[in-house]
Amino acid sequence: MNKSTTLLAGKAMFIKFAAALTMGLALFGSAQASEEGGLQPANIRLDDAASMQRGARLFFNYCSGCHSLQYLRYSRMAEDLHLDPKDVENNLIFTGAKLGDHAVSNMPAADAAKWFGKAPPDLSLEARSKGSDWIYNYLKSFYLDPTRPLGWNNTVFENASMPNALWELQGLQSAVRKAGEGGHEGTIERLEVTTPGRQSGEAFDRSVRDITAFLQYAGEPAALKRESMGVWVLLYLALFTLIAWFLNREFWKDVH
Amino acid sequence: MANDAVVDKSRRRFLTATTAVVGGAGAVLAAIPFVKSWEPSARAKSAGAPVLADISKIEPGQKVTFEWRGLPVFVVNRTKAQLDALAGEDARLRDPKSENTAQQPAYAQNEARSIKPEWLVIVGICTHLGCVPDFFPELKPEPFDPNWKGGFYCPCHKSRYDMAGRVFEGVPAPANLAVPKYHFVDDAHILIGVDPEGKA
Amino acid sequence: MANVFATIGNWVNERAPGLMPVYRKHMTEYYAPKNFNFWYYFGVLAIVVLVNQILTGIFLTMNYKPSAAEAFASVEYIMRDVEWGWLIRYMHSTGASLFFVVIYLHMFRGLMYGSFKKPRELVWLLGMLIFLVLMAEAFMGYVLPWGNMSFWGAKVIISLFGTIPYIGDSLVEWIMGDYLPADATLNRFFALHVIALPLVLLLLVVLHIFALHEVGSNNPDGVEIKKGPKGNRWSPDKPADGIPFHPYYTVHDIVGVGFFLLIAAFIIFYAPTFGGWFLEHDNFLPANNLATPTHIKPVWYFTPFYAILRMVPSFFGTAIWGVLAMFGAIVLLFLLPWIDAGKVKSVRYRGLGFKVALGLFALSFIMLAAVGAGVTAELIPEWFGADADATFIENLFGRIWTAVYFGFFVFLWFYSRGMEKTKPVPERVTMHE
Repeated sequence: MNKSTTLLAGKAMFIKFAAALTMGLALFGSAQASEEGGLQPANIRLDDAASMQRGARLFFNYCSGCHSLQYLRYSRMAEDLHLDPKDVENNLIFTGAKLGDHAVSNMPAADAAKWFGKAPPDLSLEARSKGSDWIYNYLKSFYLDPTRPLGWNNTVFENASMPNALWELQGLQSAVRKAGEGGHEGTIERLEVTTPGRQSGEAFDRSVRDITAFLQYAGEPAALKRESMGVWVLLYLALFTLIAWFLNREFWKDVH
Repeated sequence: MANDAVVDKSRRRFLTATTAVVGGAGAVLAAIPFVKSWEPSARAKSAGAPVLADISKIEPGQKVTFEWRGLPVFVVNRTKAQLDALAGEDARLRDPKSENTAQQPAYAQNEARSIKPEWLVIVGICTHLGCVPDFFPELKPEPFDPNWKGGFYCPCHKSRYDMAGRVFEGVPAPANLAVPKYHFVDDAHILIGVDPEGKA
Repeated sequence: MANVFATIGNWVNERAPGLMPVYRKHMTEYYAPKNFNFWYYFGVLAIVVLVNQILTGIFLTMNYKPSAAEAFASVEYIMRDVEWGWLIRYMHSTGASLFFVVIYLHMFRGLMYGSFKKPRELVWLLGMLIFLVLMAEAFMGYVLPWGNMSFWGAKVIISLFGTIPYIGDSLVEWIMGDYLPADATLNRFFALHVIALPLVLLLLVVLHIFALHEVGSNNPDGVEIKKGPKGNRWSPDKPADGIPFHPYYTVHDIVGVGFFLLIAAFIIFYAPTFGGWFLEHDNFLPANNLATPTHIKPVWYFTPFYAILRMVPSFFGTAIWGVLAMFGAIVLLFLLPWIDAGKVKSVRYRGLGFKVALGLFALSFIMLAAVGAGVTAELIPEWFGADADATFIENLFGRIWTAVYFGFFVFLWFYSRGMEKTKPVPERVTMHE
């Protein structure tokens, strides 16, 4: 048996294996992509502290009346987002909570269930379970729908029990439908702002992006540290592996 | 064994040592997160946050206990008589001038061991074995001390402290009761756990 | 300093003279074939991951609360409030997935080079037992965060036992200690995950390595170095094609481990959920016994077996056939040393039939994983249009690959008994650069 033939056999096996693996990964990858299908990208950045700060202000002014961030401490948020703790105490805590407390909404769950049909969910991990793109699109997709108990509906999350908390900013949106058939309503083609709000379309997009960035942060505060220190760990491991590779090459000079 | 001749022993030693040192350093660095994970968590820190104590309802001669980091902190509104008695006790005390600086911040290193003389703020944990001393405020003979001028008496091993938390000679406790960091937010409130502004 | 070590060494040696020979046998004087290739890293990598899991696992138990009421919040407590808790948790969760990556590649190596064949059947059987225990360990660990996928995963997997005739229903209740996965279930899974199964796992790993060192490692050529000529530069009576494990494979493995850690660290720091494959999106929702997640599926490393379970239909009024097929898929791997009667070990010198069959087998594993993970269910409407009968196409696809999976063993039985045309195996191992 000569060397080159065995080499070929080994290589062929490896190529076969690699090809199968690649095919498999491609399958998984394309499924991953299709899962995100239909949503506009939120394009948030965790290194944009200003965006997350604006998002925090918007969240506590427009969302925290109903929604808790029961795993996020105000103090941690102040530290991570470079907010002045005094400012947080005076301008973002509306519940009488202490700085070290979790951001829990004051809304009694029983009342909430009565008003909305179900208690507003905690949003600590919303970005981790739904993804930031989903949040971004959801917040932009409310429209007036008189058939719903609160008069609001949403194209991303149909029949959501939540009203549009940001309507002051966005204005009122209505659905533009395709022509229906046989007395049925047509499907929704797009949403249109019929009564302008305080913000222009572009400014509102930015506001929603900021809230999304803040919720992404709130879902995993450690991500800031994780991403900033990871580089150093990788560089260290690369250096170590390189040295080990030299060591290995030196010793293996003995083996023929 | 002809091959041995080509082995560069010093190069091998150098590479082995380098790998060991770099790998060892990495192992030490990797251990840090595990060691640090035992430190008080954000929850513990939040529970141990400074405590705002309302002292407006504390009558002269009265003691109120606040909880800070799970420790009893006594706040006593001392009477003039109690304060006057502090001066005459030096001979019977172990550390009358509060020279053990570990037991109080610099701003409480005075005879009354406090920021405002009438207000005593002190951790109610006996420096002997950690029991909570009882409060005996009256200037009258007590079974454990015929010359008692008011203070604290530990039920566990009979350690005695005066009305400034200074420990007496001849008792098991080695040091004065500790004064925590605190400052007056206004006349009616003190914040336990934070130094006055400008003083660390 | 060296003196101190020598003194301590002598002191120990006088009192336990049996220890040193064990160290020599398994480390310094363990002679391994000199022609190990890329595929031979995965054994040591599995040990590295095992150590990582034990170490990070111990630290997780220090803050985790095994109760239905507190488990989910305690995981978030670890992720947010405990100093570096997020890193320890990600090391553990990433380690779990990488454990299976490494183990699957390690097993595939065994298939390629015939490492399961005589005289290494015992090594293979112990390894398969490790795989079985590892699956139980991983499943129970997956339940602990008590997210909604944990809950429903537990419910579905435990329900498998319900298909056993007569005793099924009461067995399911007994496993759960309740009528649904609940506090009692979580608490007992915790006990099994953190102490019972790790002990079994460690014992099996030690036995696996001891059994290996009795017979010696196989190699990419499938040549028994012990049967070859003797004498090398280190020893006159050791195999000529062997080299001492230490230092040669020690330094070799350090490089492999370094490279592996590089990949692991990249995932831990930059893709800890791995797009929802290592930590699933729906598991960031707390367990809810009234709402099943839309895409209910096991975590990726179970998906090939889950696909087989789903692809086998119920008949004669029972769903046990799918369960039997799923367990059969693992049992057949146990029996491989007796199914494959071929005398040639390495794929390098085996017949074309074996090469093709092995490739298809690996492919079936990946394709079944895609079916089990719901990838095909999502792609079918895209590829065949929204009106296509998705269930029919998926079942057809999944059943074909299920047939390929089982077909491998059937084919191997007959092929290795007379049909195979092997190439001549060299006398000595071959070295490739």
